[in-house]
Amino acid sequence: MARVLMKGNEAMAEAAIQAGCQAFFGYPITPQSEIPEYFARELPPRGGLFLQAESEMAAMNMVMGASAAGGRIMTSTSGPGYCLKLEALAAMALTRLPAVIVVVMRSGPAFGTMKAAQEDYRMTGNGGYKVVTFAPSDVQEAASMVYEAFDIADQYRNPVVVMADGMIGQMMGTVDFEKMPARRQNLPEKTWALRGSASRGGKNSALLFPVGPAHYAAKSEAETELYPALVRNETRVEVTDVEDADLVFAAYGTAARMCRAAAEELAGKMKIGFIRPKTLWPFPYEAFDRIGPKCRAIICPEINILGQMIDDVRIAAAGRWPVYHAGDTAGDFLTPENIIRKAEEVWEEQRV
Amino acid sequence: MSILYTKPKSLNDSPFTFCPGCTHGIIVQLVASVIDEMGIGGDTICVGCVGCGGYLPWFMATDTICSLHGRAPANATGIKRMQPDKVVFTYQGDGDLASIGTAEIIHAAHRGEKFTTIFVNNTTYGMTGGQMAPTTLPGQKTTTSPYGRDVELCGKPIRMCETLATIDGAKFLERVSVDSPGNVRKAKKAIRRAFECQLAGHGFSMVEILSSCPTNWGKTPLEALERIRTEMIPYYPLGNFKDF
Repeated sequence: MARVLMKGNEAMAEAAIQAGCQAFFGYPITPQSEIPEYFARELPPRGGLFLQAESEMAAMNMVMGASAAGGRIMTSTSGPGYCLKLEALAAMALTRLPAVIVVVMRSGPAFGTMKAAQEDYRMTGNGGYKVVTFAPSDVQEAASMVYEAFDIADQYRNPVVVMADGMIGQMMGTVDFEKMPARRQNLPEKTWALRGSASRGGKNSALLFPVGPAHYAAKSEAETELYPALVRNETRVEVTDVEDADLVFAAYGTAARMCRAAAEELAGKMKIGFIRPKTLWPFPYEAFDRIGPKCRAIICPEINILGQMIDDVRIAAAGRWPVYHAGDTAGDFLTPENIIRKAEEVWEEQRV
Repeated sequence: MSILYTKPKSLNDSPFTFCPGCTHGIIVQLVASVIDEMGIGGDTICVGCVGCGGYLPWFMATDTICSLHGRAPANATGIKRMQPDKVVFTYQGDGDLASIGTAEIIHAAHRGEKFTTIFVNNTTYGMTGGQMAPTTLPGQKTTTSPYGRDVELCGKPIRMCETLATIDGAKFLERVSVDSPGNVRKAKKAIRRAFECQLAGHGFSMVEILSSCPTNWGKTPLEALERIRTEMIPYYPLGNFKDF
């Protein structure tokens, strides 16, 4: 199949099926509903299971059960549903159950608007877990990240989140499914999967929440092995022209697309460097060490109020440069013009 | 010398952690015995809950998983849909099933999910220290109904078998009690029948078991069994509601 034109949501669903997703459990919510719709249409004829759950929570707990039974499983949602899924996501991380969760972010609570947003960056459940969180900024990348997410989830026995925003989910873009990332080899066999003790010669598998000394062992393993390995192996970032930049834009997803447009407009006035985290966790802190001595400030445009990723950018900046938020979804949607205006303001303020 | 009784093979060697006089232990033993007698232990997956029943996965020698509060039917749905040839059951208390997990149990029954639910109703939240449940009887004192359950404030106790009996996908529903040897034998038969319903692929099956909680009722074990007979059974009548 050569390049095809697809909606981001549908491209992510197709990529999942091509990655071997066996079952999808979901619940309707804008702006991600094309994902369950695509699975409902495509997955059963291709041998998989689509089941619409009674709630976001039930969908995620079905994912947990189906993953415990050894399947490659996915669900998708938007912010209001993601809140409801977090308890089960935490439970899956703590019981080491893989799955792929696509979050197509929108603004505000369930009765809020349908506007695309980047408001779920800080959203996390109880239990102190970490999950690899991808942030695509075009349709091809959204498909590739979903495709690879299944292998990462299985390799580390840890869920993977793909955090797109409503714009990425709803936009049409070209995608070439022959250009998916290479499938990972030697993924561990799921000997723990609940298939009955007879499948293990009578030895049972008990997927329990770790308690007592086992809890500390599991947490310690996460601290000393699992999470360091994820940070080491799965951190992704795109870095452009930061070595001699006057200002650096740090942004992900749709905000990153707007940064590109803004940087072109600003080209005659100042040199713009660009850091685009492709994983929000692990966050690419070290990319900021490559920023050159000319840089006066970092601007972090996000489609939300006050900024969320900006906290990680400040940690990465470590006081070396001032960091500014751009974008305010309470007022209006982020635009390249907002970013240009902010860059010019900051440049006036900082260049002397 | 013949062996009259031995611990079911479907249980591991962990000692039960239930309070003295609590009938959870009898129910767990019945479930494990039925699994042994049907010869399905190697193919059975147990889904625990949150609450006193949530200890079950620690006692089972079968494959098992802990679920979140109320979500056992959703976990079981995911497991059974991926492994339709395995035997899957949930073990849930009344707070778990009839309160926080009402949506999950209703919709699992509604979809006709082919797993079995063991529903242990002791009219209180045992694990958290005896709070009011949707199943708490009118006038019953608990830590969150210290003056007795006020039906004007909280409504009357919910009857889950009767509620689920209105749903087509539920194919076997029976309410039993473990207050006496005779009722324990009937309870075992109902549990077996529920598993048979699942094995035959008819749809959702559930056994509701009236159980005691001497600790939180403030009664001796014998008084607690008497309360099942004199207070619970009149409100929660024993019997079969659906038999595929």
